[in-house]
Amino acid sequence: MEPKHKLEMKGISIEFPGVKALDLVDFTVQSGEIHALVGANGAGKSTLMKILGGAYDHYEGEIYFDGEKVNIRHPYEAKDLGIDVVFQEVDTALIPYLTVAENIMLDKMATKMKGKHLIRWGNIHRTAREVMKQVGIQLDTHMLVQDLSLAEKQMVLIARALATNTNFLVLDEPTAPLSQTETEELFRLMRDLAKNQNVGVVFISHRLPEIFEICETITILRDGRVVFDGVIEQLTQQKLVELMLGRRFEETYPKAHVPIGDVIYQVKNLSEEYDRVRDVSFQVRAGEIVGITGLVGAGKTELCKTLFGAFPIKSGEVLLHGKPLKISSPHKAVKQGVALVPEERRKEGILVDEPVFVNLTLPSLDKFTNGPDFVNTKAEREVAKKVINELGIVTPSENQKVAYLSGGNQQKVAVGKWLIADAEVYIFDEPTKGVDVGAKRDIFELIGELARRGKGVIYASSEIPEILDISDRIYVMYDYTIVKEFETSEATEEKILFYSAGGQ
Amino acid sequence: MTVTSETTNKKQLSGIVDFLSKWGTIITIFVLLAFFAITMPSFRTASNMVTIMRSISIVTVIATGITVSLTVDGFDLSVGSVATFTVALVMSFFVWYGWGAIPAIIVALLISLIVAVVNAFLIVKLHIFDLLATLATMFIFEGVAMTYTGGGSISQGMPRLDGTPTTGTIPPEFRLIGQSPYIILIMLVIVMLVHVFLTYTKHGRYLYIVGGNREAARLSGIPVNRYRTLAYFLSTLLAGMGGIMLAARIGSAQINSGAGYLMPAVAAAFIGFSVAGVKKPNAIGTLVGAILVGLLENGLIMMSVPYYSLNIIKGLVLAIALAITYYKKHD
Repeated sequence: MEPKHKLEMKGISIEFPGVKALDLVDFTVQSGEIHALVGANGAGKSTLMKILGGAYDHYEGEIYFDGEKVNIRHPYEAKDLGIDVVFQEVDTALIPYLTVAENIMLDKMATKMKGKHLIRWGNIHRTAREVMKQVGIQLDTHMLVQDLSLAEKQMVLIARALATNTNFLVLDEPTAPLSQTETEELFRLMRDLAKNQNVGVVFISHRLPEIFEICETITILRDGRVVFDGVIEQLTQQKLVELMLGRRFEETYPKAHVPIGDVIYQVKNLSEEYDRVRDVSFQVRAGEIVGITGLVGAGKTELCKTLFGAFPIKSGEVLLHGKPLKISSPHKAVKQGVALVPEERRKEGILVDEPVFVNLTLPSLDKFTNGPDFVNTKAEREVAKKVINELGIVTPSENQKVAYLSGGNQQKVAVGKWLIADAEVYIFDEPTKGVDVGAKRDIFELIGELARRGKGVIYASSEIPEILDISDRIYVMYDYTIVKEFETSEATEEKILFYSAGGQ
Repeated sequence: MTVTSETTNKKQLSGIVDFLSKWGTIITIFVLLAFFAITMPSFRTASNMVTIMRSISIVTVIATGITVSLTVDGFDLSVGSVATFTVALVMSFFVWYGWGAIPAIIVALLISLIVAVVNAFLIVKLHIFDLLATLATMFIFEGVAMTYTGGGSISQGMPRLDGTPTTGTIPPEFRLIGQSPYIILIMLVIVMLVHVFLTYTKHGRYLYIVGGNREAARLSGIPVNRYRTLAYFLSTLLAGMGGIMLAARIGSAQINSGAGYLMPAVAAAFIGFSVAGVKKPNAIGTLVGAILVGLLENGLIMMSVPYYSLNIIKGLVLAIALAITYYKKHD
């Protein structure tokens, strides 16, 4: 048995322009345990883990490794202590056109090659295979990383961490993009690491059942402070949510009851140019929230993008109020009253370097011009302030760069911009991904409000409980097409899962 | 305690770096002005100031073209060739065909827009990197201009290469464009127009948004390809305008007459990024950048630095400008 290691962070504080992100936080993790780090968006989880990974050098406080004070201000200092962080955006840490083996051995190739100039490919592949075998990952080491699924990419990152004697492994929301089976596979791996490899695992997740399933100890952050630290058995899900939010919280989201009108939006035999959507037909009525669900990779995002003109249509038609739409580009879709809140918020939904008000008015800038296309910034700011109030976007002002907002508030901006644009049909693609329960509730209320105004809402998500809560009707996707339609009142999680998994 | 004092030191340091990257260009201009004025009495005459402004006019206008292409995260290297091409066209209209000033200018500018069509096609339709696509068109239209003039120059009274005598003359009102104060006024008006367009109109906002995050812009309903195309049309048009001013200034069409303007224009546009902390390509900054480059050139010539060594200094200035632009982008 290897010696147990103990990693302690004491009195950690850090400030960013205008925000105190962490305030005297203590955090301890030991070898062999799976430790949950929980908190609402903006509570400081990722920041704390970034400090541990050496991403910041301007924090205050101290870090101890086995009781000895250590200095972690650069990524390599963290690596030297065997601390590895796998961040949410796995793609940023991988090199897509290199093989699995090269990506796994990247750290070694980058740091352990002093004085050596020739690469021994046999060794690289053999060592990579050995590392993967240790933890039961099955992948061909010669495959290019760009051809892997998201789950497989995560495995590669974890294997990379293991290739360099890891003592502590931080996983920042690893399960958010994963399917049920992939999640189970990841959990198996995490347990194996903790039990057999003596690794201390820090697990960040918004999914409460998962936390209770896999973690033994837990630290809860709220507004940059620790509000709970201890054994998870002392908590219930209800209690955990209360601690996270600092208030009582009802577990389900009451569905807004809205009279449902006539069919306003019809999709007939729609196929995408490269078969990423195949022969899809469905309809949406005024005031109706239509859920589209299915496993990750079933084609929900592809359908959303095709409906929005971002993917090319091969055949079929889309009608709004009985009139066929011409949606050869997102520009045309917006002009005809279709709005999309895309899944990849930071890449596609918002402009992080622009202020909140610029983001909010972007799709509807025509409403804020006078004379020959001059922008009336004053009018823009006024409307932006209104939307910030209505949606409860937490920001010092409408001039704040969106990059400085928390994930949930960024998502509200991504939604808010389409409220000003006033579309007829709203498409939401995984709108609650990486969003805390509080912001989630706000977003649900907003969607309810859209329905009340008689809009058609398409809500695509692989979170089946959410779909059951919010929708009136559900379509299940499998293999890029719709395989089943349910009235929500008749649907259950089991039935949906059955059809999602290809059952017939 | 040491940690805290270290961080405050760092804060101070980054504050200084911030300040310098914002105002460094302007400070440098004043330092240079003071230095040249003290060391050389002939430098600080009003007529020399006018000379500097006149000498930067063409560079500035061409540089505003590059600036517009930079707003959409593009890069138009073909501006020098556009200028050359426009000079050849407008001069041929005068000397070979005897046209008046107004039709010659308008037709020359319109024809030069062919370059924009090719650029937009290569970049937007064929998805070639901006830098490489415009590198190709730079060569293509350098060649087109030379082929058009038959590999020679065009000046008043000079017969065409096949021996045909020419009778056309350059209209005197056209020559005025190349003289101060007109050339300076034209430059200032163009800079103001581009500034207003980029800063206060919907289209300017969209150009920057497209440059900032193309996919997010597309999914917000902005016709991204249309705006990228627009950027290249504007950069060609502005470079063509620079060509017209150049033709008026030298009064003839020389081989590759616009090529020498590419480098200082690129320098001016990149220096302009950081002026006053805008951190975006912008017209006023570009003007400031052009002033800095022009001032250096003028002062150094007066200090008897040989013309063939000036490129060393200009290249260094460009390197420093790029360093300031990209150094800050790291964190």
